[in-house]
Order: sequence, then C-alpha cells, then structure tokens
Amino acid sequence: MIALERRLEVSRFWLYATPVLAVGLTILSGAVMFAALGFDPLEALHAYFILPISDLYGLSELTVKATPLAMIAVGLALGFRGNVWNIGAEGQLILGAITGGGVALAFYGVEGPWLLPLMLLGGMVGGAFWAAIPAFLKVRFNANEILVSLMLTYVAGLLLVYLVTGPWKDPMGFGFPQSRLFHDSATLPTLFENSRMHIGFPIALFAVVVSWFVVSRTLIGFQIKVVGLTPPAAGYAGFSSSKVVWVTLLTTGALAGLAGVIEVSGPIGQLTPSISPGYGFTAIIVAFLGRLHPVGILLAALLMALSYIGGETAQIVMRLPLAVTGVFQGMLLFFLLASDVLAHYRIRFGSRRSEEG
Amino acid sequence: MESLAPIVLSVIAAATPLLFAAMGELVVEKSGVLNLGVEGMMLGGAVVAFIVGVETGNGMLAAAAGAAMGMALAFLFAIMVLGLLANQVATGLALTLFGIGLSALLGRGYVGTPLPALPKLYVPGLTDIPVLGPIFFGQDGLVYLSIVLSGAVAWFLYRSRAGLILRSVGENPSAAHAIGYPVIRIRLLAVLFGGAMAGLGGAFLSLSYTPMWAEAMTAGRGWIALALVVFATWQPGKVLLGAYLFGGLTLAQLHLQSMGIIHIPSQFLNMTPYLATIVVLVVISRDAARIRLNAPASIGKVFHPDG
Amino acid sequence: MRDVTKRFPGCVANDHVSLDLERGEIHALLGENGAGKSTLVKILYGVQHADSGRILWEGEEVEIANPAAARTLGIGMVFQHFSLFETLSVADNVALALSRGTGRDPALVAEIKRLSNEYGLALDPDRIVYELSVGERQRVEIVRCLMQDPKLIIMDEPTSVLTPAEVDKLFDVLRRLKADGRTVLYISHKLQEIRDLCDRATILRGGKVVDSCDPSQETPNSLAAMMIGRSFDGPKIGKPVHTEDGDALLTVEGLSMEAASPFGTSLKNICLSVRPGEVLGIAGVAGNGQNTLLAALSGERIAQRDDWVRFEGKSIGRVGARGRRDMGIVFVPEERLGHGAVPDLALEENALLSGWGRWKLVRRGLISFSKTREKAEQVISAFGVVSAGSGAAARSLSGGNLQKFIIGREIMQDPKLLIAAQPTWGVDAGSAAAIQTALVDLARSGAGVIVVSQDLDELFTISDRVAVIFDGHLSESRPTHATSAEDVGLLMGGLFETPTEATPA
Repeated sequence: MIALERRLEVSRFWLYATPVLAVGLTILSGAVMFAALGFDPLEALHAYFILPISDLYGLSELTVKATPLAMIAVGLALGFRGNVWNIGAEGQLILGAITGGGVALAFYGVEGPWLLPLMLLGGMVGGAFWAAIPAFLKVRFNANEILVSLMLTYVAGLLLVYLVTGPWKDPMGFGFPQSRLFHDSATLPTLFENSRMHIGFPIALFAVVVSWFVVSRTLIGFQIKVVGLTPPAAGYAGFSSSKVVWVTLLTTGALAGLAGVIEVSGPIGQLTPSISPGYGFTAIIVAFLGRLHPVGILLAALLMALSYIGGETAQIVMRLPLAVTGVFQGMLLFFLLASDVLAHYRIRFGSRRSEEG
Repeated sequence: MESLAPIVLSVIAAATPLLFAAMGELVVEKSGVLNLGVEGMMLGGAVVAFIVGVETGNGMLAAAAGAAMGMALAFLFAIMVLGLLANQVATGLALTLFGIGLSALLGRGYVGTPLPALPKLYVPGLTDIPVLGPIFFGQDGLVYLSIVLSGAVAWFLYRSRAGLILRSVGENPSAAHAIGYPVIRIRLLAVLFGGAMAGLGGAFLSLSYTPMWAEAMTAGRGWIALALVVFATWQPGKVLLGAYLFGGLTLAQLHLQSMGIIHIPSQFLNMTPYLATIVVLVVISRDAARIRLNAPASIGKVFHPDG
Repeated sequence: MRDVTKRFPGCVANDHVSLDLERGEIHALLGENGAGKSTLVKILYGVQHADSGRILWEGEEVEIANPAAARTLGIGMVFQHFSLFETLSVADNVALALSRGTGRDPALVAEIKRLSNEYGLALDPDRIVYELSVGERQRVEIVRCLMQDPKLIIMDEPTSVLTPAEVDKLFDVLRRLKADGRTVLYISHKLQEIRDLCDRATILRGGKVVDSCDPSQETPNSLAAMMIGRSFDGPKIGKPVHTEDGDALLTVEGLSMEAASPFGTSLKNICLSVRPGEVLGIAGVAGNGQNTLLAALSGERIAQRDDWVRFEGKSIGRVGARGRRDMGIVFVPEERLGHGAVPDLALEENALLSGWGRWKLVRRGLISFSKTREKAEQVISAFGVVSAGSGAAARSLSGGNLQKFIIGREIMQDPKLLIAAQPTWGVDAGSAAAIQTALVDLARSGAGVIVVSQDLDELFTISDRVAVIFDGHLSESRPTHATSAEDVGLLMGGLFETPTEATPA
C-alpha cells in the first residue's frame, strides 16, 4: 500500500527540485507526443528548444517574449501568495494596451520625450483600473475574483476589437482592423541594432528586483503571505485581507497594463485585435513554475518565452502545429502541480503507521 | 404565436451547453471538489465529438465520444487533486489551459470542415403540432438528455441515499470518513460525472448549436457555467432556471443585433453574457449566510484522512 | 462478550496495549492527552489500523477493516468532536450512520422517535443540525449509535461539552444502557466522573497500559498519580491582590453582536469589567457565544458602537485588533494552529505575527529579522518551549509547546490586559500547570487577565471572579471564593437572570 504522510515541514530540496523534474517530464511527454503525431521526436525537440536560441537574434527575441511574462507573473505571484486569484491578467494587459495606445493615438504626430513615459503611465492606470473592478466587487460584495476577472478579459477583448474596427481604425489601413502605426516618439526604443530587444526587458528586471524586496523584506509582503496561508491568523494579527486584495490586484493590474502598452509600443507598434498570444494566461504558469519566487519567475519566464518561439520555429522548420505550444504549457503546469506532492508529503510504501489523533 | 416557436427553440439551444456543464459541476462541487477546468473539458468534448461526428456521421456515437473525452480530462484532474492532493484552483486552471491547447491540436485538421446535420427528433403527428410540437418533440436528442439528466441530478441529490452520502462528503469529509464512507472514491465518481457532463455540453456546441469546430469555440461558457452554480446557490432547480435565463439573454442579444433597430456596435452586445455573469455574481455573493447554508462546506479544500 | 483483547506491538501511539471489556460494564479508559486513548479507540472502531496485535470479539479473532465492519460486529461510537453534518437533518444524519435509507424514510423516523423516548433523549428528527445546541447534538450522536443496537458503545470525552446537569442526565442514560447488558467504553481524563460512573478503569500512559483498578476504591489523587506517573503539584498560584476599589481596566457595557456565521451564537447585552491585577474567568458550555465574545474583545470584529467597549476610560468598540494590541490588549485564541499561529511558518515569523508592533520589529515597512529572531528565542527560553529552534515550523511543535510559545509571546509583550481562550485545552498536565502559573503571575504583576474556558476546575484554580456565558448572555460575576462549582454549573444551564440594566458584571 502506498500512503502519503504529511511532512511537518515543507521539504526545501523538493520545493526547488520539482520545477526541474516537471520540465524533464514535460520534455519526455513532448517527445512521446511528437512521435505520436508522426514527427521525429529528437528533431522536433531540437527545433523546439535548441534551434530558436542558437543565435543572438533568437536570444534577443527570448527577452522580448519573456518581458510581459515576467512582468505579469511577479504581480500574479504576489496575489497567489495572498490567495487572491486574479486570472484576468490577459484582460488587464489588453486594457493597458488600449489606454496606453490611446495616449499614443491622441498625441499622434506630436514629438517629445514626455510622450512615452505618459503612455507607460496610461497603460499602468488602465490595467490597474481593470483589476480594480474585481478588487472592489470582492471586497464589497464578496464576488469571486476568479470569475469576475476572467469575464472582464472577454469584455476587454471585445472592447479592443470595437476600437480597432471602429473609432480608432487606421483611415489608410485598407479596411484592416488595426490602428495607425505609432509615430517615433510613441515607439519604444530598442537596445541594440538589428534586434527587437527593447527597454521593456530592463523594466521587467526592475519589477523582479522590487518584488523580491517586497516579498522578503517588507511588512506588506509578510501580511500577504499570512493572509494567503491562514486567514484567521491574519485577522488575529490585525492584517486586513481587503487591503491585501486591493494591493495585489492593483499591482498585478498595473504590471499587466504596463506589459500591454510595452507590447503595442514596442514589438507590435500599433493596436490590432490580437496583441497577445495569451501572455496573461501563460504568466499563471510562469508564476507557479517559478515557485512564486521572483528569481524563479524570471527563469520560468525565459523558459516559457522559449516555448513560444520554439513553437513558431518548429512550425516553420517542421510544420509542427502551433497548438503544440499550448499543450506543452498546460502539461508543464500539470506536472509541476503533481510533483508538488513530494514537497509537502512523504511517500511511504508498506503499511501506514497510525499517528496519535 | 407562430414566431414564438423558433424563439423558444433557440433559447433552449443556447441554454443546453450551459445546463450540461453547470449540472455536472454542481454534482462535483456538492462532493466538495472545485473543478475550474470546465472550459477545458467542454473544449475537449467539443473537438472529439466533432471529429467522431465528421468521421462516422453518427450523432450518438459523437456525443458519447465527447462525454468520454470530458471524463478523461476530469480523470486527469482527479488524479492530481484527489490522488496527489494538488491545489484545486491551480489544477483547474491547468486543466483549462491544457484543454485549450489539446483541443486546438486535435482539431487542427477540422477547422472549417462542414458537419453533416444530425437528425432531430421527429415524432409523426406530435412534432407537427404548431408551436408546442417542435418545442417538445422536434429537437436534438441532446436537449432532451440535458433535461432528463437535470431531473436525474435533482432526484439523485435530494431523494436518493447515494446523493445523501455525496452531500455528506461535501459537507464534512472527515466525519464521512469516520463513519466509513470512501471519501476519495465518491469524489472521484463525482468528478468523472462532471467531466462527462462538460464533455456533453461541448459536444452539443460543436454538433448542434454551431455545427463546426473553431479553436476556443466555447467562448467562456465553461466559466459562465461555474458562475451559474454560484448563482443557483448549489440548487439543481435554480441551475436549470439560470441556464435558461442565460440562454434567453444570449438570444435577445443576437436578435437585437440582427434586427439592427438600435445602433449599438455588435461588440458591446456580445459583452452582455459576461457582464451579466458579473452582475449575477455580485447580487448572489452579497448574501453570505444563504451561501453558507447551501454551499458544500469543504469545497476546494484538500482532504487527507490523517489531517 | 468475553475477553476482548487487543495488542499492538511495535507502535509508538499504542505499545503492546491489552484491554479486556466485560459484558454489561462501564469501563473507563483513562489517560492524559497524548497517552494514546484516541488511537486505541480509532483502531477498535476501524478508523485506523494496528500494525500488529489481535482483536478478539466474543472469543473469536476479528479483523475490523473499517467502521462499517465495526458496526456490523456491534460496536458503536460517540465522537469527541462531533461528526455530524451541520446542514443535514437529524434523520439524515442518523441514516448516514446506518447502511440503509435516507432521512425521508418513515420507518427510520419512527424508530428515532421510539429510541429517543425510551432513553429520554428528546429529539426532533426533522430539525437541521446547525440549529441544535451542543447537548442536543450529543443526543443525536447517541441515538445514531443506539440505532445500530450496539453491544459495545465507545464514548470519547462525552462530558467535556456538557453542563453538570446534562452530565447527570447522560450518566442516567449510560447506566440504563449498562442495565440492558451493553458495554460502555468511557474515555476521559476527568477523575471524579470516572469514580462516580465506572466499574473498572484501565490507565494509559505514553501509549502503554500502566495500571488498572476499580475507580470507586481510589481517590482522585491516586488516579491522577497513576495517570501522570508521578505525584503532581498543581500550578503555583500567587496570593490575590485585591483592588476592589481600583478603576476598571476594561469595561463592556450593553454589547450586542451578530454571530459571524449563521451557525454561531449572537451576543446579547453583554456587561463585564476587569480590574488590573485580577483574573476574570468566563465559564460556559461551548457554542454559547464564546467565539463571538472573544472576537469582540480582541477587536477581530468591531462593535456597532464605540462606547460598548472601554479600555482605560477610552471608548474602543470600533478599534480593530491591531489598534487594541497597540494599546496593550493581547490575545491568546482557542485554536493554536491556524489562528494563534500560522502552521507553515517558523516560530520567529509567528513571533512577528503578533509582536511586530509592540516589539517594534518593523521600521518604515521593513522587517528587522535579527530582532525578530532574538525575540522568538527569548520566548522559547523563558517559557521552556521544546522545539528545534526559532526556525522550526509552528506545525512541528506539540500542542503544549506551541501553546507555551503563544502564551509566552503574548506575555512578553508587556500587556495591560491579556485575553485567553481555553489556554490549557488539550495540553499535557505539566505544560498546563506552567501556563496557569504564568497567567496568574501576569495578573499579580498588575495586568488584567480574562480567561474563557469550559474547564471549571481550571477557572476555580486561577480566577478571582467567575461569570458564565449562556446563549449569548453573560451572567453577573461572583468572587470565586464565595461560590461553588455547583452554583456555576446551574448558571451554565442558563439558570440566571439576564441583566436588564447596564450593570457591569
């Protein structure tokens, strides 16, 4: 008989070993999946995980995709620690793109160094506003933030489609559903020649450092942790769970909004109906894979960014379906959650010892 | 009067996927498990049902395959949550993400493929009765199945001994364990049933409601089904009512669009089901006491016999 | 039934335990918390399984795989922490323990009524359990057990939640069961009860049977010595410092508050006051509004009116937990793991939990971890907390040691008022005495102490005045030396005038 016995203390070793184990299992199952689809597994894995990062351009692309993932995930991780389940970061990203992009379009043709910071601020405010809705409804009416934030994602998506097919449509766009291309002052500068790596990446790194500091050194970080682990103990200590809901949702919203405006002012350069390949959802995986720890999140964001680029590369090189990326990401989260059991429980074989109850 | 029948028919059709998924989730939650992967299971059911429908032309077989796929995904969830004691919220999210990816992968060759229309029920004489005939005797078999299963769920939960045991497990798993009920096995069965129901809901979407396959075609219906369970405060009758209200809302919104009487961009009308879900959640969630009396007390919590 | 023998070699919780139960006797299983009583009965009832050893039932060796198997044999159990389903009806609860039917079955309902009449256990099968009082819930448990016509009934600490009058009624029921030829295995650590009720006693200590005796031939002290294994000194209680004329530290006047959950008890017009230097005990059977009262006193729930609660003359009814702590009101909750401490966090982080304000562990939002560790280590050494150091998770400590840590953490914050709920519940005798001594010492040093407890012995040992809470009402308090346990017992059954005017208790 196999039995699970709760560990008195969480195993440090397994806490950090499980992400590695999960990645290994995912690659293994990926190979099986490729074989089942009729592809040479080794070649496919090579195309997926090695080829995309074997040149400098590929590496810089990795940072481009990792930027929104890391930015959103550090915010989400803050919330998950506090048992606040914001899964509508995708919607907050879209809204940030709308408000930040709106600033760019409002000042279309106006040059000046102040425009870009104003856009970034606009994006953060937009994302935070979108996250404030579930925060308010949670605190005031106890409405489930998972469902509210998710419903708002659909609403944000529809709003974006309305804008780029209606009032904000590019008059010279041949009827395509997209806005004008942002002018120079509204475009994020790139860091190096011949790459799309932009200043969003250092901003994401900064967000990682700040969130590490908040989590490990500050009282609010401690409050979030206690509220998440044991709400009655938080009430006992006088920590306000409403405050935690507000702080975490507004932070995540602002970061997701920032990621949104960075996407449209950097790699994309205009508003289109599909500005994100699901960064807001993938960031959930990034947060868990990174163990809700800022440094772990940075590594996880790079890995997930690779899965996006790898998917594209494998599609071009081997005609692998793009949907493989989604399966990979889902599988990774599954394996991670499943192997978590090792950190919290000890697996015993043979008969179970009765404990004093 | 004559124009009433098509309206009622389309309300019922719009409500049916929600009814399947929400009734299934109701049983799951009554056993104390929260499965947020409904959207993923619906998509899995939709794509597999569609593929089997196209390949065999057999509607019954297609729907059964959809249910089986939903169940298979639910089984994955059950292994994680019941066997490996993983966090239910996170695992549910993972199931949805996985379901979206997997269904897109499986259905990549079927986007745009037409599906031969599946026969609807036709009872000579009865179906020809004006208005009532088509409503009661002229619909897709899955519509009747959804209503029969809803009645069966209500009877099961509140009249049968097995249902009593299921509710006791959701209310207090430790006490149920102490009396000697196999908590994990009961929850496993509930989760599998929920998966089959979500799969059927997805199958109805891709076989009957919009007979085609498109990526992420459920468009959030799985999440709305979750909200419906809260709306219904975990009571089967109200789940039925809620599903039909949402069906009506969807239809009203489509009609407003097609009539073009008022000049509201279609995107705003399309937002209504999502906004309505939020409004409903807010209204219901205010009354914490009523939720406590009907919601399963152990929902979402990991159960481990030794504590 | 003859010679039921159980042996469990090689097991820490139960080390080669043998136990014989005769037909038609009330047999006590006596032992401290953690002596292995609960494990033993769980094995007997099939909830847990022994690693080795045998169970003989009526002379035959039997395998009790699960509770259903135990019930088939004729073993029934009434649990210590009720295993009832709150949102289901009484009849549904009974049906769940049987292997047939639901609460809608008319034959079942009739049977419940017949049995409850026969044993004088008044019950309405249609009521939902959450509406029932604690005593009524126990009746449901007993009827549920009797429905299976058991030959052996296991009762795990049945009186800990009852008023003295209810205890007498329960004993009548148990004696009637004995007269029917049924056997009762009665688990308790209350010595007087065992002397009154039981025919034989088996004493467990550290998982081993250390003795057996006829309790009526023993004194409470000799039983206690067998249970604890050494002669036992109670807590050292300092002389009371009477400050009758001193100003009240905390005054509650006319406090009413809705319960947080629909199953809780609301407070009605509560009046009490505590002076510096005294211990006020609040007795009462669980579920009579203690949780709401504690939340209202600690500030975890805020009163409707500010002047319903006053501290040192200031109105604080609408001040939250953190504000009250800043003023010097500290709190020891009933639930140690999950309310007073975060199970998964280290002791030092749990020191930070309540002590960050009064110990000034946080500057400009930043935590000083070195100071936090220092404070945690001071608590650990001052209160003799056995642990793997300040980095050990709260979960890894035994109940007694964690409680010493929490009490120590609160006392070392130099409070003006300490409120403690069930401070020694489930704690071993040595830790309990240390905790009680610490609480009284705190009062003697000039602070006010409020202790809410179900344990009358404890309240009579440490408090200067006692009041009783019943159905959300609080009785007037009486000096402990001028009252008896019998008087307080009557109050616990609700036999008191509820204060109509706002006179402090």
